[in-house]
Amino acid sequence: MAHLTATATAAVRHFDLASETLRELNAYLHREAPLSGVREVHVANPAGAHSVACGLDFGVDVQIHGHVGYYVAGMNKTATVTVHGNAGPGAAENMMSGRVHIKGFASTAAGASAHGGLLVIDGDASLRCGISLKGADIVVGGSVGSFSAFMAQAGRIVVCGDAEDALGDSLYEAVIYVRGSVRSLGADARFEPMQDADHTALAALLRAAGMPHPTAEFKRVASARSLYHWNADADQEY
Amino acid sequence: MCGIVGLLVKKPAWRERLGALMVPMLTGMTERGPDSAGLAVYTEPVADADHKLSLYRGVHAVDWAALVGDLERAISGEHRMFANGNHAVLTSTANPDDIAAWLGKHAPLVAVLAIGRAIDLYKDVGAPAEIAERYRFKHLRGSHLVGHTRMATESAVTPAHAHPFTAGRDFCLVHNGSLSNPHLVRKKLEPLGIAFETDNDTEAACRFFEWRLREGDDLETAVQRGFSELDGFYTFLMGTDRELLIVRDAFACKPAVVAETDDFVAIASEFRSLAHLPDIAHASLFEPKPEEIYSWHI
Repeated sequence: MAHLTATATAAVRHFDLASETLRELNAYLHREAPLSGVREVHVANPAGAHSVACGLDFGVDVQIHGHVGYYVAGMNKTATVTVHGNAGPGAAENMMSGRVHIKGFASTAAGASAHGGLLVIDGDASLRCGISLKGADIVVGGSVGSFSAFMAQAGRIVVCGDAEDALGDSLYEAVIYVRGSVRSLGADARFEPMQDADHTALAALLRAAGMPHPTAEFKRVASARSLYHWNADADQEY
Repeated sequence: MCGIVGLLVKKPAWRERLGALMVPMLTGMTERGPDSAGLAVYTEPVADADHKLSLYRGVHAVDWAALVGDLERAISGEHRMFANGNHAVLTSTANPDDIAAWLGKHAPLVAVLAIGRAIDLYKDVGAPAEIAERYRFKHLRGSHLVGHTRMATESAVTPAHAHPFTAGRDFCLVHNGSLSNPHLVRKKLEPLGIAFETDNDTEAACRFFEWRLREGDDLETAVQRGFSELDGFYTFLMGTDRELLIVRDAFACKPAVVAETDDFVAIASEFRSLAHLPDIAHASLFEPKPEEIYSWHI
């Protein structure tokens, strides 16, 4: 046990962005940290900085204590990034794998274009959450703004609160589970019955995100696939 | 891209600190708007019989003292000028529209930036920190302010194109975004006798709202009308002598964060301009929702 304690102590690195630069932090996370024994990094005083812990590519646990700006944990791979605060636009955009957890609210385009991994937002997410999602899972504890899951291609989005306008507009194969009300569905999105497989998948997502809700409270939204093929007979004007 | 900042202090004792609290907010938005910056600050109003005009001479050699002398000979009334470099605030008992018209004719190199009883307006080209220093922003006092850092996308970089834009009395507006129908708005307003000073899209929004205020709308109603009249992307922050108001377009493409405590309401495009404010850790933070109007009164 003694050596484990010593390793744990040595394996934690603290950054203070009030006295160290963002570039120093990100350079450390990209170059030094993967080669060192450090597997836990704490970041104090982010003060709304952009691109904090972006582009990580190894199994590190980054804990950010405060609010961040644009693109936190963008392009994340393997790492676990937790923001003890709110996030600006584009949180975890283009994430490939790993886990990003926003304890507060997230601004627009959270999880945009993310390919893999899990994004958890405890509070609300603003407009365009999960836009062009490509395979990641997003669990939002609160509500999502308009145009969420716009053109989402693969992956799952769980909304424990409500959704604003045009949810799932031009949706491809991503699936949305919504617990609250939906102000309006987007073009080609439709409600579908929850199957056993949906309950199983949703229960696993809720468990992973630490959300307490029973799956029976959720509705499934998926693509009607009517936009997959051009309809030459449709009377459309442009 | 542009940056907006707004600050309203709730307790009179905080009015002394308004400028000092604001300067880091404005300079924090430098990356969003490095080419120009501006600020409208609402002070204690001048006496009932008075108005004040914010004047700007830019790089031109205008002698402020001589100008007041000429003005005294031309327009009767009591005129007091407080000059600071290329900027001056003229307080007068005369009709401010008469003064503005006289200046337009006899001192065409002097721009009238604002007219009112509480508003002082500063704007210029250059980095926000330089402009804050040039006009000693940290010493400004008042109840609330509206600021802007500009990265021009649709019209020239000149002091006249910098924000805030003003119209009428004690009204100003700053804008992050771009309007797609400013010329249509202008075509609608010009036949009503409303003159424009620039080709800037934001000026159309400013003059539209001020026209509605003169027609009897309150600011919220005017903004509500703007939802159908103004097309494009916008986060608008507006000030009157009594009010600070923010609104975002239906798509909320341009960011905004509000922090409110018992002492102040602070607004910025991004949290990084709010991070330094006192007790910010305990502030209530939120992003204005699309097409929802948020306003605070002094």
